[in-house]
Amino acid sequence: MTALLELRGVSKVYGEGPARVQALRGVDLAVDPGVMVAVMGPSGSGKSTLLTIAGSLEEPTSGEVLVGGALLGGMSRSARARLRRRAIGYVFQDYNLLPGLTAAENVALPLELDGVPARRARGSARAVLAELGLDERAGQFPDELSGGERQRVAIARAVVGERRLLLADEPSGALDSAAGETVMRLLHAACRRGVGAVVVTHDAQLASWADRVVFLRDGRLVDQTAPLPDPQTLLTPGPCE
Amino acid sequence: MRSAFYTEYYLRHDTERGQAVSVRHALLALLSEGPKYGLQLREEFEARTGEVWPLNVGQVYTTLQRLERDGLAESDGGADDSPQKGYRITAAGAAELDGWLRTPPDLASPPRDELVIKVLVAARLPGADVHAVIQAHRRYLVQLMQQWTRIKEDGDDDLGLALAVDAELFRLDSVIRWLDAADARIRRVAASPPPPVPAGPPQPPLPPLRRGTGARR
Repeated sequence: MTALLELRGVSKVYGEGPARVQALRGVDLAVDPGVMVAVMGPSGSGKSTLLTIAGSLEEPTSGEVLVGGALLGGMSRSARARLRRRAIGYVFQDYNLLPGLTAAENVALPLELDGVPARRARGSARAVLAELGLDERAGQFPDELSGGERQRVAIARAVVGERRLLLADEPSGALDSAAGETVMRLLHAACRRGVGAVVVTHDAQLASWADRVVFLRDGRLVDQTAPLPDPQTLLTPGPCE
Repeated sequence: MRSAFYTEYYLRHDTERGQAVSVRHALLALLSEGPKYGLQLREEFEARTGEVWPLNVGQVYTTLQRLERDGLAESDGGADDSPQKGYRITAAGAAELDGWLRTPPDLASPPRDELVIKVLVAARLPGADVHAVIQAHRRYLVQLMQQWTRIKEDGDDDLGLALAVDAELFRLDSVIRWLDAADARIRRVAASPPPPVPAGPPQPPLPPLRRGTGARR
């Protein structure tokens, strides 16, 4: 099976001399279709850098990034931009919705940028919004939506079209725990449909939705969870005697 | 699976934290739903044992007699151990149940937490990698949370299950937050050790902290 995302020995250095900061050090990571990987680590551990490099928004100083088996390093700038639009969906902490567009227009935007006729793009957008329970809100502008609704619109925008790789940076942001759980359920459901996802978070409750959790420290992947045991093992007689 | 979950959850909590649900209050809760016969109460006990209340069915009649004696329940006057004897909760019983629900459990005494002790020991032990110790526990706790989250995901339509799993998730999450804070604090202290305290006049001893009063496990 071809991994949707593969990082091979990725390092990233910012600045020079005394201002030099090594954000990532030889990171290897593979994400298969249908799998959610959470990246946990303290502030400054390199989580967001890992995500921006995985999404081709930044280039690594060394190492290779492959999306759907295609090596990003060998691509022209325009080919990378096309890949970003078609293959990768982003979910940010602060939603990044355009305030002058309705929910449906925001969701349709990446398709329209990719040349899909507006009518068809809006149709796809409305279909995804309906799946996320937002069909009644499709015509609203972002400032008319609650925080939870805005994040659901952002998820709709990330999964619309044929995109198979989701990259999420603290996706529940400032939402309360119930709305945060809704966001994670949606991302998890997308993975069950075959999408691969990388979720960067410092929140263990969000990370616990992932199939695998990797731990980043000072730019290095230092540890990861074991394959998930059967939850039933929690229900076998334990410490009570 | 859910029945097993409830049994395990409540048994474990009864064992570790004292009797979380007394027979007395469980019976009052059943009676607060409306008047019931002794037989009915026993059957509801049996039905719910293994779900919410893992109670000894044999205690039902004894406890009913005590509730009646204390004025918390009243009967229709049949023979004491007759299955057809009816019971209803009294106003005093309803107040007792309400008071029990609102009384916070004893969380004032800090428990002797094995994990905290291990991290404290690792932080002082020459040659021990305290950060590796912390990470080993962090990884284990995250794995536990993944398992609980799967249970919640599968049982989303079951309110009791979701509430109980949330309680476990928040509890484990708080331990991970403590580990993160401990990790950061130990790194900070290692990066800038505190300056030596200059010798001064002798100070009166501080009063002792309340120690050793927590629940032993």
